[in-house]
Amino acid sequence: MTGTLAAIGAGLAVIGAGIGIGMVGGRAMDAIARQPEASGDIRSAMILMAAFVEGAALIAILLSIFMS
Amino acid sequence: MAEAQQSKSRDLKKATRHELNHDHEEHDHSGHDHSGHDHSGHDHSGHDHSGHDHSGHDHSGHDHSGHDHSNHSNANHHGGGHDGPCGHHEGEYDPTGTAIHHISDGNVYSILDAVRIPLPTFLYAPEQGWDFFMSNKFDIGHHEDGHKSYNGYVMHHGSAYRVADKGFPMEGSVAHDCFTHKTIKDAKGKDKVIDYVMYNGKEYKLDARSTFDGGLLGGGITSFYDYSISKNVLSMILVALILFFLFRKAARAYKTNPNRAPKGIQNFLEPMFLFIRDEVAIPFIGDKKYMKYLPLLMSIFFFILGLNLWGQVPFFGSTNVTGNLTFTMILAVIVFFVVNLSGNKDYWKHIFWMPGVPTFVKPLLSVVEGMSLFIKPLTLMLRLAGNISAGHIAILSFVGLIFIFGDLYGSLGNGIGTLLAVPLTLFMMAIELIVAFVQAFVFTILTASYIGAAIEEHDHH
Repeated sequence: MTGTLAAIGAGLAVIGAGIGIGMVGGRAMDAIARQPEASGDIRSAMILMAAFVEGAALIAILLSIFMS
Repeated sequence: MAEAQQSKSRDLKKATRHELNHDHEEHDHSGHDHSGHDHSGHDHSGHDHSGHDHSGHDHSGHDHSGHDHSNHSNANHHGGGHDGPCGHHEGEYDPTGTAIHHISDGNVYSILDAVRIPLPTFLYAPEQGWDFFMSNKFDIGHHEDGHKSYNGYVMHHGSAYRVADKGFPMEGSVAHDCFTHKTIKDAKGKDKVIDYVMYNGKEYKLDARSTFDGGLLGGGITSFYDYSISKNVLSMILVALILFFLFRKAARAYKTNPNRAPKGIQNFLEPMFLFIRDEVAIPFIGDKKYMKYLPLLMSIFFFILGLNLWGQVPFFGSTNVTGNLTFTMILAVIVFFVVNLSGNKDYWKHIFWMPGVPTFVKPLLSVVEGMSLFIKPLTLMLRLAGNISAGHIAILSFVGLIFIFGDLYGSLGNGIGTLLAVPLTLFMMAIELIVAFVQAFVFTILTASYIGAAIEEHDHH
């Protein structure tokens, strides 16, 4: 039972990460389309934010592995 | 997670298993490997370990006749007529255990399961003092299981264990039999696997090394401490030496010929170095003080990058240093001390008595800010370890597909598994290459950002 709940929890965490990174990426695309000469700055900021969001999701996944 | 999958495939195999007349519950058999791939491992839900090929197998040190079966009454048996827990059996592949084994640390450095480089082992037990020896005293065989004990220590799945039982000879070296394991439920109702070593027909309980995690990851303080030069330590030393020589060569080229276009290794290092300096250090720390912190940032970036890339090479013992929580914890602690020891008065004021907020809210906010002081390095640690470990586990799972299909469908299954596994693994390894760079970059940029926040000069009104 704990194992199943942990798996469901991990799945939910990944949904959150997917939505978050998708939004970051989408807004970055819009920004680059508006101002292509700033694409270098935007790209670095996008990768940085994606790493943050990914980190949160991975903490949840790690915890779910420990719990089961 | 893994239990459901395991029990399903176990039911599938039950019919064939009874024909082979072996039992599988809670028995571990040392000394097997498929060609080139060893899949031993700690598993936490009572599954059995994988099969093996019988050719070229050395069991000369084991005596299978005359096993005493009376003390196995508490273990689970399917049917009679088996030849003892050290007999051969056709088991199934255990993906979870293999993955966990390959991302853990060990006391022997194996290359392709053929060349085993012994490592200096320093063990300390309060009862018997320090023991220092090279780990080939364990006479390591397949699955990184030892065949001999030494002063009461044995090697099981690559790690040194200590026999907690006094009945086992604690001095000198004896040849022991195989390893077995039992799954019991501990105080919280979780499944706990206890390993045993067989010697002269009796089972002796094994103690794992002490971990200072307070039992979070199944560890805790046991009867001995392992301070040896393990796989991870050796990898760290090697990567540090490689980086040192690479950078020394590049630095010397710059010093002797400062205005020449970069040649050789400089071409590889210079863009990364300049990127970190110009895009990370100067924007975040400011161009007056960045030189003080540049060595730290560069060391962090290149060390993490080097270790990430080292862990990706599959044949050199597949050491997983940056995916190890202990290693990233030390990096986070270093960042913690650097950030807080270089904080100026404004920094501490903003944490504990921040301006611009009504006074009755300040104590509450200062608690939250105080927690964030510790949470920021904690997230650094978890982010790096989680990303790298997750990538390794994904790659190991895809390679394990080969063996899972092989168990289900025989050699045809092995072929199907390979067709599936090779493109998936290539894809995952390409992603892991990107992740190696990105994670090193993110660690560095966050460190720079925290240092910048600590030394920033605010102009107050």
